[in-house]
Amino acid sequence: MVGVAREDRPVDPARDKAFRRGLETLIPHLRAFARTLAGDPAAADDLAQEAMMKAWDARASFEMGTNMKAWTFMILRNQFYSEKRRSWRQCQLDQEAAERTLVAIDDPASPVALDELRLGLQMLPLEQREALILVGAGGFAYEEAAEICGCAVGTVKSRVSRARRALQAVLARGDYTRDGAAAGEAMGTILAHAERLSNQR
Amino acid sequence: MIDHKPVSRKAPGSTAVDEARLRQQAIGVKLRQMFDAVVNEPVPDEFIEILRRYDEQQSEKP
Repeated sequence: MVGVAREDRPVDPARDKAFRRGLETLIPHLRAFARTLAGDPAAADDLAQEAMMKAWDARASFEMGTNMKAWTFMILRNQFYSEKRRSWRQCQLDQEAAERTLVAIDDPASPVALDELRLGLQMLPLEQREALILVGAGGFAYEEAAEICGCAVGTVKSRVSRARRALQAVLARGDYTRDGAAAGEAMGTILAHAERLSNQR
Repeated sequence: MIDHKPVSRKAPGSTAVDEARLRQQAIGVKLRQMFDAVVNEPVPDEFIEILRRYDEQQSEKP
């Protein structure tokens, strides 16, 4: 599909070129953000590609010179949620993905703590996970994260702090085994614990 | 392990607060590590292919 410039802005090859360069440098970041939302690497890359194409098609509405990273992240996030809305099984899938992640961890050389963090992240409510990632890893200010998530700055702050506390609780346990069967059991315990924590306020 | 510097007139419970802060810092570092690990992956061909299509679109224009 060819992107059509909106009538308020004529086609400008130089502008398109600059936009394309910007988009190219953002691909690694879009992939990383998509990975934290979708979990599964292949699904995440699909999401990142769709976001990239949506951004290109909407390039005429982007104000050059403003934060393109935040703008594309917003597109990616909207894309993710509109797909998610179509999938009523998503909650279950999230948990399945988390369990797969846990069971798939069989490389003894990989840093355990990072694996646990990845697992812990998957167990967070999505809204907390995305807020924590944007602020804690994506380098966004609370204000920018709020804009990306379409919510108040205070909401982002409270989501980030709840996410941090829940993650800390999960990591503090750190007592689950790498054996598949036991992992499933441990997962239930951890999920219940994280759930309790996040419901405390 | 991280050694705590002895602090005089330490209020009871402040060690726990210190530990919580250190743990949070560790989580922050790992979070960025995890994110950056993906950022630093080579970009898959499918993405490059999309950009190439855009380049072709551009050069087709008069």
